[in-house]
Amino acid sequence: MTDTLSQLSLLLIIGAIAIYAAAFVTFALDLARRRSPSVTVISAVARHAEAETPTSTTRLANAIGNTGVLVRQSTTSADAHEERPQTSGVLRAAFVLTLVGFGLHLGADVLRGIAAGRVPWANMWEFSMTGTLIIVGVFLLVTLKYDLRFLGTFVIGLVLLLLGIASARYYVPVAPLPPALQSYWLVIHVIVAIIATGFFALGFALSGVQLLKARRERQETDARPPQFAFLRTLPKWAALENLAYRMNIVGFILWTFTLIAGAIWAEKAWGRYWGWDTKEVWTFIIWVLYAGYIHARATRGWRGSRSAWLALIGFSAVMFNFGIVNVFFKGLHSYSGL
Amino acid sequence: MTRSTERIDAEPTERTPTAVSQPRLGIIGWGRWAWRQLTSMRTALFLLLLLALAAVPGSLFPQRTADPNGVVQYFKENPGLAPILDKFQVFDAYTSFWFSSIYLLLFLSLIGCVLPRTVHHLRAIRTAPPRTPARLSRMPGFIALDLNDDGKATGSAVTAPDAIAAARSLLRRRGYRVAVFEGAQTKDSTELSVSAERGYLREAGNLVFHIALLGILITVGIGGGFGYNGNRVVVEGQTMINTLAAYDSFNPGRFFTDAELSPYSIRLDKLAVTYETQNKDARGLPTDYTATVTARTQDSRNGYKTTIKVNEPLNIGGTNVYLLGNGYAPHITVRDPRGHVVFSDFVPFLPQDSNLTSLGVVKVPDGLQQQIGMMGFFYPTKAVAQNGAFYSSYPDVKAPMLTLNVYSGDLGLNGGVPRSVYTLDTSRLKQLTGVSTGVKSIELAPGYSQQLPDGLGSVSLDGVSRFASFQVNHDPAQGWVLLFTVCAFGGLLTSLFVPRRRLWVKAIGQASGPLRLEYAGLARGDDPQLETVVETLAQNHIEALRNRDPGASDGRHPEEDTRRTT
Ligand code: HEM
Repeated sequence: MTDTLSQLSLLLIIGAIAIYAAAFVTFALDLARRRSPSVTVISAVARHAEAETPTSTTRLANAIGNTGVLVRQSTTSADAHEERPQTSGVLRAAFVLTLVGFGLHLGADVLRGIAAGRVPWANMWEFSMTGTLIIVGVFLLVTLKYDLRFLGTFVIGLVLLLLGIASARYYVPVAPLPPALQSYWLVIHVIVAIIATGFFALGFALSGVQLLKARRERQETDARPPQFAFLRTLPKWAALENLAYRMNIVGFILWTFTLIAGAIWAEKAWGRYWGWDTKEVWTFIIWVLYAGYIHARATRGWRGSRSAWLALIGFSAVMFNFGIVNVFFKGLHSYSGL
Repeated sequence: MTRSTERIDAEPTERTPTAVSQPRLGIIGWGRWAWRQLTSMRTALFLLLLLALAAVPGSLFPQRTADPNGVVQYFKENPGLAPILDKFQVFDAYTSFWFSSIYLLLFLSLIGCVLPRTVHHLRAIRTAPPRTPARLSRMPGFIALDLNDDGKATGSAVTAPDAIAAARSLLRRRGYRVAVFEGAQTKDSTELSVSAERGYLREAGNLVFHIALLGILITVGIGGGFGYNGNRVVVEGQTMINTLAAYDSFNPGRFFTDAELSPYSIRLDKLAVTYETQNKDARGLPTDYTATVTARTQDSRNGYKTTIKVNEPLNIGGTNVYLLGNGYAPHITVRDPRGHVVFSDFVPFLPQDSNLTSLGVVKVPDGLQQQIGMMGFFYPTKAVAQNGAFYSSYPDVKAPMLTLNVYSGDLGLNGGVPRSVYTLDTSRLKQLTGVSTGVKSIELAPGYSQQLPDGLGSVSLDGVSRFASFQVNHDPAQGWVLLFTVCAFGGLLTSLFVPRRRLWVKAIGQASGPLRLEYAGLARGDDPQLETVVETLAQNHIEALRNRDPGASDGRHPEEDTRRTT
């Protein structure tokens, strides 16, 4: 029973990897097509859809009715795309592929959990599987609110990379929980850490794109030949930076919670809430780095590219904490199962 | 001062000439300059990043508190480098002078930053929102419209005071603090505006967060100073008493006194361990440890039975008792050649691998011709490798076996130097059994005995019990740490997610022409909703004006709290 389920889980994850790979290629294709100006024309469908949903401006105009005349309304320069984002068929296909991949991935994760008879996040393989699932999940969730599909290449690329490494290096068969992990704090502490990682991943991708975009905008103002044509269709760097900040502060809150929950659990399991164990140290380092990022953004002269670099460093530390500290560093958190 | 101008959303203030332009500073001037540097936002940022960086070495090198054996090992492997690193306290990274100075500076900076901000904020709470900017068109979300309502719908044309009264009550109902201002008045135009602000909680949350961080630092320090923790190995059937002498190792805080040890005792009745037997990928993995104990305190002298498990410590006498380790303690008896018992006890053997191959030491200082020491392994389930070496193939006791190598000579117990019961200093001992001596090591199954070499006597293995390794922890400030942590978390949430913004509505009445209405906002801190909020305000305001019921504009005339702008 356990064996069949976990093998089925493995099959599903292989399927998910294949579909994600297709989604990745399609997302990349979409970015590549953004070079040619011909496709930036808004499709008729999109224009139609826009007319259906009243924008706030039209709502405002309706409210004024015949009572008055709208003299001026400033639109935020920051939120506007340089050119209207097209909803190309390619992009939609990539998005649908991502959804399908996510479905398989979710199935794989749930089956693994059922096979193990517990939450599927107790060793490196399971962290990787659930972690990447959540990264895609957060990406899909945030896309409901902000259209971040242009990040697909980066997000799915990251997920593919992580899943690839995990299936090559981290796979372990289902095993029961060691007594140290038999705690509801495992459920809370770890899943919140993983969700935080999902938000940090999006923030990372946004900050990365922001840096590229800022460079391109500088090239344009300096009348130098601008690089990476696809960037033209993306939001301005200031808008990207706002979005990145929003992702990163959600991640930061969740990470703060992880840190606190970890300390409470450590107090229960090891008799002290803080002992500078390697994993604790890295969790702390990440927390301080992101606190630095938040400060940087509030400091004159640091908003923009400098704080974006801090976000990149922060996420590198998250990945280091996960991929390197878990596996190679000695400490009490030796639960990688490897 | 520096702080508020350095924040990205700070209001532009006219800066008084700074120290730079002053010819002479003097000591006070320098002090003030240094303090201003220390408490600047840039310094805080720098110190934060430095703190992150300084935390790294401690994770790369073994730490004395967490991994003392690792440190010893490191010294052995890097005899040249280790002492130098030790000079820089690399093995005590988190109490080192460099780490401490960074965080102390950071917290000093924090105090210097939070105090003025608190004062500033307390004042801000009590003062009305600042006056409306002269040109709203520069502000985010700016909307201007001409109202050409001729009053047909409502009976009278909307005037500037009407519009402002409506805006004022609208904003107040939404929890904004409001103030009405009179702008430039000319012959043919009057200007009235309402300035509104909300989200004082944002700054309050930020201050609570930073102050709570300070609270955490202080309470952690207090807890460390007055608390203690100790370790004790207890074999099934044995009792540990909470006195200093009973601990195998003990770490008191700086201000610890014996009086803090509350009198209680714990007897380990049984340590039950369950192993996975079904899952072939995880056979022998422990799935549960349960220590059944009898605890006695001053209040319950007869004792009560309870359990201690991993993740479920026992709270007793103001301390927590944790189950941190386990292993086997063979009961070993040594007799002299005439059969008199000279040693008989449980000897805890320390586990070396996941199948609990365990290493232990027996010291017999008295009663035999010579002092002897024995060092050997206990295998709960003995198996033989191809090269003939023993190993344990399963962690439970299925086929137990004890092997011992015997040494004789000076155990070094009389030198006054404390010796660990788990190690044997063989420098002044002669090995009597084992590979190099040609005499076979002693091998014992429970119930068997064997002669010691050189006619020294005999040794027997009488049985095997389990031992538990308990840690006792006392941290008097733990609850406070938690309290401040919760405050910090709450403050953080408030400070990151409560939007703080100003909104303005301006009405310009023209003698000839329509009433001009202007709306704009300003975010203080991140506020993704600002533009939408201004638009919605404009929308609702117009609707309110259209449906207005003259004379019912919340009873107050806007002039009442009007301030004249200069
Ligand atoms: C102990 C070290 C510190 C830590 C861990 C820390 C952490 C944080 C965090 C997490 C935030 C964002 C949450 C919030 O707004 O409440 C923040 C904001 C802030 N911190 Fe700190 N902080 C520290 C020290 C300082 C110091 C020394 C200063 C002053 C120099 C300072 C000034 C500020 C300011 C002004 C903000 C608001 C930023 C904004 O408006 O977005 N902090 N800090």
